[in-house]
Amino acid sequence: MTALSLSSVNKSFGDVHVLKDIELSVEEGEFVVFVGPSGCGKSTLLRVIAGLEEASSGEIRIAGEVVNTTPPAKRGIAMVFQSYALYPHLNVRGNMTLALKQERQPRDVIAARVAKAAAMLNLEDYLDRYPSELSGGQRQRVAIARAIVREPKLFLFDEPLSNLDAALRMNTRLEIANLHRALGGSMVYVTHDQTEAMTLADKIVVLRDGRVEQIGSPMDLYNEPVNRFVAGFLGAPAMNFFPAGLLSPGDRRITGLRPEALHVDPDGPLEVQVSHVEQLGGDTNVIAQMQDHQITARLFGQHAITEGTRLRLGYDPARAYHFDETGARLG
Amino acid sequence: MNKARSKPVNALAMHGALILYTLIALFPVFIILINSFKSRRAIFREPMALPDAESFSLIGYQTVLKQGDFLLYFQNSMIVTVGSLFFILLFGAMAAYALSEYRFRGNTLMALYLALGIMIPIRIGTVAILEMMVATGLVNTLWALILVYTAQGLPLAVFILSEFMRQVSDDLKNAGRIDGLSEYTIFFRLVLPLVRPAMATVAVFNMIPIWNDLWFPLILAPAEETKTLTLGSQVFIGQFVTDWNAVLSALSMAILPVLVLYVIFSRQLIRGITSGAVK
Repeated sequence: MTALSLSSVNKSFGDVHVLKDIELSVEEGEFVVFVGPSGCGKSTLLRVIAGLEEASSGEIRIAGEVVNTTPPAKRGIAMVFQSYALYPHLNVRGNMTLALKQERQPRDVIAARVAKAAAMLNLEDYLDRYPSELSGGQRQRVAIARAIVREPKLFLFDEPLSNLDAALRMNTRLEIANLHRALGGSMVYVTHDQTEAMTLADKIVVLRDGRVEQIGSPMDLYNEPVNRFVAGFLGAPAMNFFPAGLLSPGDRRITGLRPEALHVDPDGPLEVQVSHVEQLGGDTNVIAQMQDHQITARLFGQHAITEGTRLRLGYDPARAYHFDETGARLG
Repeated sequence: MNKARSKPVNALAMHGALILYTLIALFPVFIILINSFKSRRAIFREPMALPDAESFSLIGYQTVLKQGDFLLYFQNSMIVTVGSLFFILLFGAMAAYALSEYRFRGNTLMALYLALGIMIPIRIGTVAILEMMVATGLVNTLWALILVYTAQGLPLAVFILSEFMRQVSDDLKNAGRIDGLSEYTIFFRLVLPLVRPAMATVAVFNMIPIWNDLWFPLILAPAEETKTLTLGSQVFIGQFVTDWNAVLSALSMAILPVLVLYVIFSRQLIRGITSGAVK
């Protein structure tokens, strides 16, 4: 069964058309990530699904039911916010149980669900604390626990890791992945961080300017991007683009090469001048200039390359992508 | 810590200036207080002297408590001030929430219209207000005063509170909506506690002018049973003779309740004034 399906959903604020004909379906138990640059409409789309914004047109179905006019609390969803949004006047237990009390769940059901969620997220020792007495990571765990206790048909995450520092972000990311495995719930997750998208998603939805650019599994998108935008957005460091005419005069296409597809080759076709080297231990990122195009090469292992040297880089032609002037992928 | 600030000379100068200001501000209050405990003759002979065994007298307080129903005036002032503050805060906060939270046609226009009241003194409309009160039969009731003061305080309250309401996290309100709280619960339980400092600021700004006001009580509610403290004290000020003992005693007693209310609000007030600046 589909947990969520959107058909030709549009949203405008006055004259500004924010979401344009969104078509999407989320299968039961699937982890779907909306990713895109800021201002692409991904958060608005999530808010439309949650019912916090009304869609201007189109149909939203959650677990088969049309919910366009259903208030957020009755949609069978739970949401985790970027800023945690814990109720400051309630302790952790109060935060977790508020929605269940609103639903008039029996006392023993509430207690059982709180105990289960607290155990999953290691919150047993904090149940009587107030949000102001918790660290950022703990607050986000409480926010996630508050979503879990509702046992929703659909989980919504709005950039839940953006306020956490790097180390904590990695841990919490793992925790969310484990939760998804343990609960098997359907989840929609919004982020602008392509690493989170690649690592968590079963299916990634790439958005740009309110339009869906491509939908697919992380490896599909990485290996077969439909256009230059998707190719450049996923993968770190980002894909290199340069006019194919630089290598074979007269060719009007644009060539895209992933940094990891490049290697040092004395007979290689790309002649570059190294402008900066990033030594990461496991990898070495070489940032170089080819005429006035910046080329990044990701070399495995450690390489002693100094700034200013001239290098030749080679690549496997089978790993090159080609785009036309509008950015669409060619063959 | 800023180096310039921690220099002892600067700290001394700063504290000196603040202490001087405090003394100047408190001096009239102090004079009123000490003179209210002196006999009439001592007040005029040595107005600056502290009351001693010879000049000490409670005659002023006795006059005040005997003449006129002072307790009733006191009660009237309290009812009017607290009632007005309650309605200003309630309606002001609700209007501010609507203006800052909901998108509707004419939102900006409505906000401007409400803010306009800040620039127009309500006393200009005194005659019309009096006619209205006569027509509705509210003259010589405390409701007349409460309504007028509520109208007088609302514009600034809406203006200040809507600014603060805008700062309340949207995520928090949305979390409440997803958890099934009603808009009223979100307003009263989530939003109001977070704008408490701003509410205290509004309360203090409105409280003192209402407590001290002579104009509207004199015009709208001059009857004996609806007199406020300020109006009641006027009986001691005659055209030819003024009973200074009684006036000073009445004023001393009038300071107390405002002081108590101020202490209640002041902790919040300081946060309200500074929160915009140092965020």
